[in-house]
Amino acid sequence: MEKAGTVISKDLSVVVCGAAGQGIKTVVEFLVKALKASGYHVYASREYMSRVRGGNNSTEIRIGAQKVMAFVDRIDVLIVLSPGIRANVMKRISPETLVIGEIEVLEKELSDKDAELVDLSFVKEAKDAGGKVYANAVAAGVIFGILDIEKNILEEMFDSFFFSKGKETVQKNLEAMEKGFSRGREIAQKVLADKDLEPSSDLKGTIALDGSDAVSMGALAGGCNFIASYPMSPATGVLTYLASHAREFDIVAEQIEDEIAAINCAVGASYAGARSMVTTSGGGFALMSEGLSLAGVMETPVVVHLAQRPGPATGMATRTEQADLNLALYSGHGEFPRILLAPATIEDGFYLMKKAFNLADKFQVPVILLTDQYFLNTFYDVHEFDVRKDENEYFIVEAGSEYRRYEDTESGISPRSVPGYGKGIVGSDSHEHDAWGHAQEDFELRERMVQKRLRKQKEITKELVTPVFDGKEAFKNLVLSWGSTYPVIREGLDLLNDPDTSHLHLRQLCPLDEDLPKYLEKAENVICIEGNATGQLCSLVRQKTGYNIKKRILNYRGLQFSAEEICERLGSVTEKGGDK
Amino acid sequence: MDASVFDLKDIDIQWCPGCGDFKILQSLKKSLAELDLAPEDTVIVSGIGQAGKTPHFMRSHFFNGLHGRSLSNGTAIKVSNPALNVVVIGGDGDMYGEGGNQLLHTIRRNPDITNLVFNNMIYGLTKGQASPTTSQGMKTTLQVEGVINEPVNPIAIAIAQNASFVARAFAGDVDETAEIIKKAVSHKGYALVDIFQPCVSFNKVNTYQWFSDNTWYVDESHDPRDREAAFRLALKNDSFPLGVLYRSEDKKTFEEWSPLYEKDDRPLFQRRPDPDKLAALVGSYR
Repeated sequence: MEKAGTVISKDLSVVVCGAAGQGIKTVVEFLVKALKASGYHVYASREYMSRVRGGNNSTEIRIGAQKVMAFVDRIDVLIVLSPGIRANVMKRISPETLVIGEIEVLEKELSDKDAELVDLSFVKEAKDAGGKVYANAVAAGVIFGILDIEKNILEEMFDSFFFSKGKETVQKNLEAMEKGFSRGREIAQKVLADKDLEPSSDLKGTIALDGSDAVSMGALAGGCNFIASYPMSPATGVLTYLASHAREFDIVAEQIEDEIAAINCAVGASYAGARSMVTTSGGGFALMSEGLSLAGVMETPVVVHLAQRPGPATGMATRTEQADLNLALYSGHGEFPRILLAPATIEDGFYLMKKAFNLADKFQVPVILLTDQYFLNTFYDVHEFDVRKDENEYFIVEAGSEYRRYEDTESGISPRSVPGYGKGIVGSDSHEHDAWGHAQEDFELRERMVQKRLRKQKEITKELVTPVFDGKEAFKNLVLSWGSTYPVIREGLDLLNDPDTSHLHLRQLCPLDEDLPKYLEKAENVICIEGNATGQLCSLVRQKTGYNIKKRILNYRGLQFSAEEICERLGSVTEKGGDK
Repeated sequence: MDASVFDLKDIDIQWCPGCGDFKILQSLKKSLAELDLAPEDTVIVSGIGQAGKTPHFMRSHFFNGLHGRSLSNGTAIKVSNPALNVVVIGGDGDMYGEGGNQLLHTIRRNPDITNLVFNNMIYGLTKGQASPTTSQGMKTTLQVEGVINEPVNPIAIAIAQNASFVARAFAGDVDETAEIIKKAVSHKGYALVDIFQPCVSFNKVNTYQWFSDNTWYVDESHDPRDREAAFRLALKNDSFPLGVLYRSEDKKTFEEWSPLYEKDDRPLFQRRPDPDKLAALVGSYR
């Protein structure tokens, strides 16, 4: 897995805010592509309200000469497309922030801020170019102007990006973009004064994408050929992606009536030999509990993409959190082995999702991949995925005439066949069952079958995904974390610049890494950083290792940590201030 | 083919003596044998309840899943390997209660599966509570003053939803039921067969005699393609018509809609991702 940058890059942080429906999402995808093509490392992350039109959403775009992978509070340039800057953006405006927008709006909303204001009515400029829908193109133009991006790159990009919408759309977008471009040139010197933004030459062999697409492609790479799911933010992107590639990649992709049907379809498909998955968020996954237990007793491989958002219940539909670790660990009644993975980076999202399908198949257990809204809606550039790395392994065998689906074996793993492959009969049952899969109420058999299923746990621990360790081996403080926070914590640690603090980031939560106690015992202080209110990883670590982590940095407001926040909060915990 | 190929040796069948399910099992084996569908060709998919135990009492592939979800299992099994003959079995509680949403949407999705519902109008396995099809007024161990809810009319629901095949049978008539099941299995698309089945332990109202007295077979004067006529039959609540009540216009099945079988009939378990296509897709993010 590629590690996050260890050099503090003097990058440019631009935040674009505006109403839902103003096409910010489209412009971000375009910006990422065009800036990368111009030799810049790019990062973009969206936060948005649960509404189709209106409100006020924001996107942070970081442009760097070095790699940028994390969310920061710092805003160098704030582009205000419509009134109503929300508090989470407002509090990040500093005297160093240059705010661009309609001056009446800015003066009214920023009356108590001493940020520098630049008058630019995006809507008026857009109307001049052909309609207010092009306001986003004016905004993109400002960014391109600041960086003086070559016009021919932009023209080419606009052409390919908006090609399907017709020549007129391309032309009007270009006009709008040029209006922004000239304004961007005017402020460029001021904005770039303390930046080091020489375009990089090391972007060859990179791709730029968000976590959602990375996870989806990981599923394709893992041989996924069946998905049935019910739309739910922030998990829907994976379903949409696989559905839109269903024809090309031989996938059954069905929008199903509810999550209960989703998991039961996935288990049924897997029984027949498909590599199946579901994608959902906490509320949907709660409905899948019984189905997960079914996969457990049937020893049927299934992959669950659990995209976390804040709960309980509906919670905050479009926001982020890491509070479903317990749900993923304990969902499903009865006792059965499971595997829990949590990608740390976008690249990891691809490779771990691919691995999830192979692990599920090999051990005949459910595998849950835990992501979250922040992870799924965050873009940056990564090394191009190697689709041939770690060939898929397939384990389905032909059933002989005496085939028994639940043959007791030393490893606990029974050779798995599927109906229609060979002469044998393939039976699976939700009840406790005998080797043929028939329901039995035999207490000795029950014990043997429980033991057989649980023996697989031992095999699973032979193939654990290793944690990432950063920093010196001789450390005083150890930061422990999991999931999407990895790049943010890395940058926070770079800002803190404390040689006594090292970082251990877990990518597999179940089973836990066996070396974990060795790290914990070495530390004077262990500080656990999690996106939840109760410290769920801390509880898990205590339960599995007996180690009581006393220092916690938690966040449950619905937004990702920022690098500065990590630095500051770690600084006060480790008694060494950051440089903020 | 002889129906005995479906017999499982040395098993203890858990149904009560005299249960209508024995007769349905006999009809099912007979129909599959007469259609020359071997145990290796067929997957019996079931849920929970006395009907859900069926696959443990016959020889064939089987998937005995959760309560109310076997239509989801069966749909997925069929689309993952369309060569398999998929028969989904459950009782009235399983299909019309717990699995109501799955029933509704499986009808819409129209997989080429057969859905046999052993409808005894009572909960057997949990010992005698009302089911979704119990008659209003019937007193049970739980509905002590009598059932107040309107019974589910599965035939009317299925016809209203334009299910591709809707039939009703009576467990007491083994040969007639076998003929109806044969038609359902041979039918391309989702086929619902609601089978009246006496529960000798808990339903003292809807007995063999009651069903005999209150049912009749439709004859050739009924055209199953006539949806309005079928719907009128479905709404009859004094005596109940048996036979194939409705067939929709020919519809594409869920599997046929799926693009992956357009040019290639291999089941999913024989397919592998194409690394070249995948590399090209990854490359599109450069």
